[in-house]
Amino acid sequence: MQVEKLIQEGRIHRDVYSDPIIFELEMERIFEKSWVYVGHESQVKTPGDFATTRIGRRPMVMMRHTDGKIHVVHNQCAHRGAMVVSQDHGHAKEFVCCYHGWTYGTDGKLIRVPLQQGYPDHFDPAAPGTSMVQAPRVESYRGFIFASLASDGPSLIDFLGYMATSLDDMIDRAPSNEIEVAGGVFKHAFDGNWKLYLENLCDAAHPLFVHKSSIEAAEHQDHNSHTDGAGEIGIRQMRQNGAPYKFWQEQVGIWTYPNGHSYLGDYHDDEKLVAAKRDPVFAEYIVAMEDAKGRDETQRVLDVTRWNSNIYPNLSFMSQFRQLRVVYPVSVNRTEVFTYSFRLKGAPAKMFEDTIAFANVTNGTGSIVLTDDLETYGRIGVGVSSGGSEWIQVGRGYTTDRADEHGGVRGEDSTSEVYIRNMYDAWLSYMTAENLIVT
Amino acid sequence: MTTHVLTQIENFLIQEAKILDERRWDDWLDLFAEDGWYWVPIEEGQTDPKNTVSLMYDDRQLLETRVRRLTAGTLHAQTPISRTSRIVTNATLEEQADDTQIVRSKFQMIEYRRDKQRIFGGTQWHALEKARDGFLLKWKKVELVNCDSMMDGLTIPF
Repeated sequence: MQVEKLIQEGRIHRDVYSDPIIFELEMERIFEKSWVYVGHESQVKTPGDFATTRIGRRPMVMMRHTDGKIHVVHNQCAHRGAMVVSQDHGHAKEFVCCYHGWTYGTDGKLIRVPLQQGYPDHFDPAAPGTSMVQAPRVESYRGFIFASLASDGPSLIDFLGYMATSLDDMIDRAPSNEIEVAGGVFKHAFDGNWKLYLENLCDAAHPLFVHKSSIEAAEHQDHNSHTDGAGEIGIRQMRQNGAPYKFWQEQVGIWTYPNGHSYLGDYHDDEKLVAAKRDPVFAEYIVAMEDAKGRDETQRVLDVTRWNSNIYPNLSFMSQFRQLRVVYPVSVNRTEVFTYSFRLKGAPAKMFEDTIAFANVTNGTGSIVLTDDLETYGRIGVGVSSGGSEWIQVGRGYTTDRADEHGGVRGEDSTSEVYIRNMYDAWLSYMTAENLIVT
Repeated sequence: MTTHVLTQIENFLIQEAKILDERRWDDWLDLFAEDGWYWVPIEEGQTDPKNTVSLMYDDRQLLETRVRRLTAGTLHAQTPISRTSRIVTNATLEEQADDTQIVRSKFQMIEYRRDKQRIFGGTQWHALEKARDGFLLKWKKVELVNCDSMMDGLTIPF
């Protein structure tokens, strides 16, 4: 298959979203080659802690070994193939397969086999072939854990490039420079291709149409109605989605970087959502930040106004409200997304309530906002699978994109589809790469 | 006495289910007190809607916005609409304090939309206060048996 022909200037062939053969190639050439986000170190704080995750469709377990090192292993017994770890997360001294009791350590290595007799010569309980299959490379960027099934390739820091600064922004916002996953997880799914999710998260031209229902409902909301604080922040966000095109063109920007990464910036500052200076909790937070980091650094951090940051192929996060979504492809037309919230250590405890309230309204399975996005993905899923028009148009801003000072390409304004074109530059490079080294 | 109150409460629950099935969203909102809240936890045994996310957690303001959206002219997630069919049963009076009764019941809801049918079920809790024409909801909590499962979007309240 000549995948090069599927990507043209400002347009993508619909097969890229609907052909099961393309999907299988993506699993092999993108998800089994690239760095893939698998979790945060706070999910496995102490030796023996584990959390299930995925690389592409492969069920993996992220586990912290007795030496403190984090391993990411395929959740599969080396004996007869049964899933070994059956809880989403927890703590264990060792992992015992339910079938015949093959037992693995917290590094995924085989430590015990009952009835170890009469095996042929090639059977060696100490060999990697009798362990749970390891992701050959696991690296942390300041606590964000990525794994790669390829034994060779660029380092994580090279892969992230300038986009590492968005991960920095997640951490910099904590007075103690520590963050942790907290407050539960949303798991939602839709009948559409996995690529649609990241393609929507930096899309500045969709809110006015997709989110019309919640924008209008929020605009008519009476502020005299009772609130315990949960409603207010969500209603502010819904109204913000209703900003006119002029706002998206004049104030908001879109920046893209190598390997398919991008972020939407200058969408809004803290002032617009938490009413910064008038909110006593936020004022308390600023004091905690200034005590820990000094006034200049605090101001520098608060002046960063990145909205969604996408790290291709499977991660999108939002530093201002400490939201992080991980995209899991299931099939060519089915996708699952896990959404996590992070707590800033050293910040006032009550500030986390804003994070949770924001999560419920914008990222929740029963969100007033997200459900319209999910409906849209589903309709795209129907459309692209139905023949008809061959090309998907992603050409807006094509002739006006320009170089960015950090080695990327930015749109003339936020409504440029440059972030989608940038993802396809990465897509094409993964899909056509030679000498793939996949273990 | 208790039996009589329970009968009144059961009638309330049945009427609420009817209102929801008939998509009379404004009438549903009117069942809630001025400071009423509505909660669908995401974890079994979840005790706190403020520090853990929820499938839905609406204070009065957000509940009004949710209901206003459901009645909006353009609502993609409800074009076409969902049809639902609810059964409410096994009501027991769990707590009585001052003017408030806390009642636990079981429910099942079938939701049909665009060739797909989903079944939801679980335990629901209503905190009811006496009002002139019957009861007002101080809060309602819906514990789905599959609260923490992977799900497609939820647009219709339970």
